[in-house]
Amino acid sequence: MQTATIRHGRSTRRVVRETLGKVAIYVILLPLTAFVMLPFLWMLGSSFKPIGSGIRFPPQFIPNPWVFTNYPLVFQTIDFLGYTRNSLIVTLGAIIGELLSASLVGYAFARLRFPGRNVMFVILLATMMIPFPVTMVPTFIVFKIIHWIDTYLPLIVPAFFAPAFAVFLMRQFFMTINRELDDAAKVDGCNELRILFQILMPLSKPALTTIAIFSFTANWNDFLGPLIYLSSAKKYTLALGINYLRSFRGGGDLAPQMAAAMMFSLPCIIMFFLGQQYFVQGIVTTGIKG
Amino acid sequence: MIKNEALAPARKVRQGMGLARREAIMGHLLASPWTLGFLLFTLGPMVASLYFSFCDYKVVKPPVFTGLANYSRMISDELCFKSLSVTTIYTVVSVPLGIIAALAVAVLLNQKIAGARVIRTIFYLPSVVSGVAVSLVFAWIFNYKFGILNYIIGLTGISGPDWLGSPRWALWAFILMSLWGIGGNMIILLAGLQGVPVSLHEAGMIDGANSWVRFWNITIPMISPALLFITIMSIIGSFQVFTQAYIMTGGGPAYATLFYLLYLYKNAFSWFDMGYASAMAWVLFIIIMLCTLATLRGSESAVHYEGA
Repeated sequence: MQTATIRHGRSTRRVVRETLGKVAIYVILLPLTAFVMLPFLWMLGSSFKPIGSGIRFPPQFIPNPWVFTNYPLVFQTIDFLGYTRNSLIVTLGAIIGELLSASLVGYAFARLRFPGRNVMFVILLATMMIPFPVTMVPTFIVFKIIHWIDTYLPLIVPAFFAPAFAVFLMRQFFMTINRELDDAAKVDGCNELRILFQILMPLSKPALTTIAIFSFTANWNDFLGPLIYLSSAKKYTLALGINYLRSFRGGGDLAPQMAAAMMFSLPCIIMFFLGQQYFVQGIVTTGIKG
Repeated sequence: MIKNEALAPARKVRQGMGLARREAIMGHLLASPWTLGFLLFTLGPMVASLYFSFCDYKVVKPPVFTGLANYSRMISDELCFKSLSVTTIYTVVSVPLGIIAALAVAVLLNQKIAGARVIRTIFYLPSVVSGVAVSLVFAWIFNYKFGILNYIIGLTGISGPDWLGSPRWALWAFILMSLWGIGGNMIILLAGLQGVPVSLHEAGMIDGANSWVRFWNITIPMISPALLFITIMSIIGSFQVFTQAYIMTGGGPAYATLFYLLYLYKNAFSWFDMGYASAMAWVLFIIIMLCTLATLRGSESAVHYEGA
């Protein structure tokens, strides 16, 4: 009945107003969208420009002439493949650790009753607010004492100790799975680990994917961690490596830098397009319920 | 309900106690990765850094207790003060600006317009690209003579500032750059907006409320939990700016972009003054806690929780 009244009130004036409103929205949104796109387009375009175009005025938007040698130049200047391998070791190691530990802990928090559980969960949520810099110094000292500096261990091992964000996400997801499933399994004599790995985990692919994607971008892009823990250039991750490029002859130029930045960003961009709904789901879960 | 719960343990005493104990042990066992991690990588280091903050500790020699020396040095350390003021100005400007911009974009995208999905994707894209790559790109964009930003500004007849080269403008370049990354907050707000029941707006319309009134009295209260969350997270994030400053300016010119974390990093890992860096870390922790509490307190009456 209400909608009928509203619909009835639709006059041509109203249609005109709505159309004008939509035009106004585009007038505001499109320049902002261009502002967001510009650095990406600039990075992409510049990676195909000839050497020396960084110091040309006016700056070109479209390369002229198109040059494809910047990409091979990056490989010749720094050990790009080696750094990629190092980044993959760190990133994949951390992802495995995070998925495994967050599943175990998330299951405990979602399904099992044990004394102190609620207090522990509140502490877990609170630790999400503690920034890494606060614990950075003593953590570094401990890793130094046990001779882990200049290895990948400080970048991988902590992920096996259930990072709070991943645990939170897993717990929230497990809570949405019908409890009757694991009760039935319990009756059949399944223990907790079997319930977790054979019943809950196969149903939790969306949550696991979300964690894997977030973990990938976080570890792939991490700069401060590798900067502190890795000292020999051979062991650098890509994040350090592409910054290192600047210190080489020819690496200070716009074009090779943008080519390196492109190759470095591409995995994350591709991952984003493949797993967009997981990204959105992940942010929204933590944002709304956190 | 209550009766049942009270009765259940009593009934299960014989056969149940063993099971409940087993579950408790299993629970702690499965949760142990987090418990251990919390002790090893959060609580332990925090206690240790609290102790170091009262020590003269230069890594090569064992720590020597010096009481409040590091903290009193912080008060008289001009660079420390500078780094705090740089970070504070950055926070005070970029956090509200970023949230208003994110909210504005989210509201516009929430209207039924063609292409909203594509625009949403574009806005979120900066969030997945790394600080390093972004810093390299922006360092060129902000270039005084050859940068594209000053070229565009130049088209209007104004000559753009030496963004990263002048102490007056460098911090503004970082603030501008932070606005580029509002996509994450925008998505959270957009999800919040999509959760506002249409019926509330319809009811408001029938009562004759125009869209402005409805925005302030329906939309804002309904998304206030999301707004609170992104405010707190943005403040925490802005106190941790590091990579951009490390790569683009190294803290310069004339310390105009000496962000707090950059100065902390230099103390710890360039000058190996772990005691002083620990004191700085604790002050950072206290600042973040105070900001969070202040935001929570200040918003107590304003934030509306559904069903609360």
